[in-house]
Amino acid sequence: MANDVLTRDDSTISGLDALEIASKQKVTSRAGRLWSGTWPKVAAIGIAIFIWQVVVWTGWKPPYSLPPPAEVFSDLGTYVTQGAFWHGLATTLRRAAVGFAAAVAIGLAIGLAVARVRILRAAIGSMITALQTMPSIAWFPLAILLFQLSEQAIFFVVVLGAAPSIANGVIYGLDYIPPLLLRAGRNIGARGASLYRYVIVPAALPAIIAGLKQGWAFAWRSLMAGELLVVIATKTSIGAQLTYARELSEAPRLMSIMIVILVVGLVVDAAFGAADRAVRRRWGVLDQAGA
Amino acid sequence: MTSVALTGITKVYGRGPNAVLALDQVSLDVRPGEFVCLVGASGCGKSTLLNLMAGLDRPSGGSVAVEGDSTPGLMFQEPALFPWLTVEANVELPLKLAGVARAERKARVAELLGTVHLGEFGDRQPHELSGGMRQRAALARTLALDTRVLLMDEPFGALDAMTRDILHDELERIWSERQLTVVFVTHNVREAARLSDRIVLLSSRPGRVISETRVDIPRPRRIDSPEVAAVAAKVTEELRKEVGRHGQ
Repeated sequence: MANDVLTRDDSTISGLDALEIASKQKVTSRAGRLWSGTWPKVAAIGIAIFIWQVVVWTGWKPPYSLPPPAEVFSDLGTYVTQGAFWHGLATTLRRAAVGFAAAVAIGLAIGLAVARVRILRAAIGSMITALQTMPSIAWFPLAILLFQLSEQAIFFVVVLGAAPSIANGVIYGLDYIPPLLLRAGRNIGARGASLYRYVIVPAALPAIIAGLKQGWAFAWRSLMAGELLVVIATKTSIGAQLTYARELSEAPRLMSIMIVILVVGLVVDAAFGAADRAVRRRWGVLDQAGA
Repeated sequence: MTSVALTGITKVYGRGPNAVLALDQVSLDVRPGEFVCLVGASGCGKSTLLNLMAGLDRPSGGSVAVEGDSTPGLMFQEPALFPWLTVEANVELPLKLAGVARAERKARVAELLGTVHLGEFGDRQPHELSGGMRQRAALARTLALDTRVLLMDEPFGALDAMTRDILHDELERIWSERQLTVVFVTHNVREAARLSDRIVLLSSRPGRVISETRVDIPRPRRIDSPEVAAVAAKVTEELRKEVGRHGQ
């Protein structure tokens, strides 16, 4: 008798489970997903280039100030095979990496401190957002006064541009952890440092990644502004080459460099986007339309 | 011999004129292996009592004593599983935090998931499971604490009736197999009569113990049996009186 009851229960349980789970599985091939994500972007780029070409055809501006797409892309082909391009790209990427890494370290530390210490939040919480709205180019006069036309001036502005976004991401992430998860974490024995390691940091991760993504966008913009203004004669960089292209009125080269800047920014942004989607998929909060 | 002993517990929230008395001189002894349900209307401080027993909050007055060294396991109406971990990793985390060796952890996790009939679903993320399955996973995670005392705060309140019935059977089985002491908070009197050895009725604002009802119906029980219905009717009557008092 008791066995009968048990068996009936077991089959009911697995039956209910199977019914609940089946509806949640969906099958889409990897290639299909890739294609459905790619073609709208390709189409948009195609349309943008077409509009550019149409504007050139109208003769609105002479070709030496607005070159047609074909000329720019053929120049881009030559540009990326030159040693100067790779040297410049290396310098720029190194500055971006160092500046962003420092901004991450500072942003995480400040964000954590402000989120946990009440008095710090009252003192500088709103200032972080204020800093975020400050256009990075406005920092350069001060940076140049402090550090002259040097690497440090660029570094200073890149960090100031990116760190507030990252700090805000951390603060937001910690503020919005569901209290229930903290209670559950404490109940299963996570206290102090282990509560941070196993509950607080993973719970705040989506917001932290969003902060890093935004921080990167600010860092890249600040870096480009910096390289345009702070041209160090002995060291070539993408921004310096853009300045030279303008001074020498090399319109196709100027636009080639702009395309490079756009592509680098997009590639890094896409990496953060992929990390963000991976986290959200894991959590089960990925918006179907956004997938 | 008691498993959980509450003596003259008072809990006040806030200070001065805004202070609210949530619990007033609540005393309760739970025997080892006993299944006690706390029943009351809103504002009776049921959840506050569980938090005090779980050591997540301190009483303003009185004392709390819980058997054994390990903290009691606590379950909520929400599963509160960590969404970034698989079901397996959720169940493993308490063992990891307790310093259990990796090989032993794997074996224990497999055993615990088997206990709640989730053996095949260890590699899923919580969001891939149904509500009932999540609550079972949460039960397995709580059992991983290896505690003798299980505190449950309306754990099945958000589930459909059929799933809830099954989980009642499951909880009863696990409770008797593991000889747990369970303190179970619910506002569902039927559920209390179905599950418990004793129903403790609490008043609202402030929470006080009004009455205790022994439930001697032999197990296994069914929620739709006449005996369970009779006990539920009696407790419901008392609860009505208590709620009615606030309307006057």
